[in-house]
Amino acid sequence: MQDNALELFEVFIRSKRGLDHKHVGSLHSEDHEQALEYARDVYTRRSEGVSIWVVKSSDICASQEDDAEDFFDPNDDKPYRHATYYELPDAVNNM
Amino acid sequence: MSDTLKDATLEYAVRLGDDANVLGHRISEWVSRGPFLEEDIAYANVALDYIGRARMFYGYASELANDGRTEDDFAYMRDDRQYHNLLLMEMPRGDFAYSQVRQLFIDVYYNLLLPRLAESRDDTLAAIAAKAIKESRYHLRRSRDWVLRLGDGTEESHRRTQAAVDSLWGYTHEMFEMDETERLLADSGIAVDTTRLRDEWHRQVSSILTEATLSVPEDGWAVRGGRIGYHTENLGHLLTEMQFVHRSYPGCQW
Repeated sequence: MQDNALELFEVFIRSKRGLDHKHVGSLHSEDHEQALEYARDVYTRRSEGVSIWVVKSSDICASQEDDAEDFFDPNDDKPYRHATYYELPDAVNNM
Repeated sequence: MSDTLKDATLEYAVRLGDDANVLGHRISEWVSRGPFLEEDIAYANVALDYIGRARMFYGYASELANDGRTEDDFAYMRDDRQYHNLLLMEMPRGDFAYSQVRQLFIDVYYNLLLPRLAESRDDTLAAIAAKAIKESRYHLRRSRDWVLRLGDGTEESHRRTQAAVDSLWGYTHEMFEMDETERLLADSGIAVDTTRLRDEWHRQVSSILTEATLSVPEDGWAVRGGRIGYHTENLGHLLTEMQFVHRSYPGCQW
């Protein structure tokens, strides 16, 4: 097995009814073109999608577990950022 | 349809079915032996495409034969001398370069053959071909990529790929030969006249090999015989494995 020599790619698929591409998994491949073909063979063989994106995993900048406190906690006590916080006038039917 | 034409069409469907069945089985031998997981899954998909194609051709053959034989009888109850596949299909799995070079030769061939077969006056053959075209377009994309990567890759991959090209070249000529049966069908607008595909095949394959820094062999030797049941020893071994379960447990279901 030569997995070590191959790059890791993340695969995103848009399904027939879906509006956005969703992350479905990852795979190893030599380059983008081959990654797209393998994504087709590995992740769409049961007609799961109509469009594929592949992205090198190394090109993804991800938030870290350690960041959670600074990133996300401050938002927990700000309910006014949710629409449900506000009382709606009777005239508004759909929100 | 006259009886002569019907018999010829039956034979033609069996030939195309045999090509697909034997190649599909050969490719399936890579399952669990692929160079890495993604390729293993991808190549297994190709094998399944061919086995599906074999089922369609055998299904049509059993319909034409109308003697109680099913697609399984065509696949599992005939011996090597009754198989009429091209020899190229039965050549062993070899190394990965060998399999991909064979695949390239066959994929370029089908990409020329199937669009023409899709115009056949025989509606069933035309429908099967129309369905298979899309598969073969994708297969070619894969095999072309691999031959380019391997030919223009490392010293070892180049050496192995060139060796595969040289040893398989003599088996490619059979794809473009027509016997009386196929000639009759071609004249009736049912079969494809493959002699007319040769030049374009040679042009496309040469261009890919050249891009892959591989040399195109001279046409020195040619092997033939598959269409009349004269096979290499490889087919017998392949059928033994493929047919074992069905012959040991006839009618077995699970």
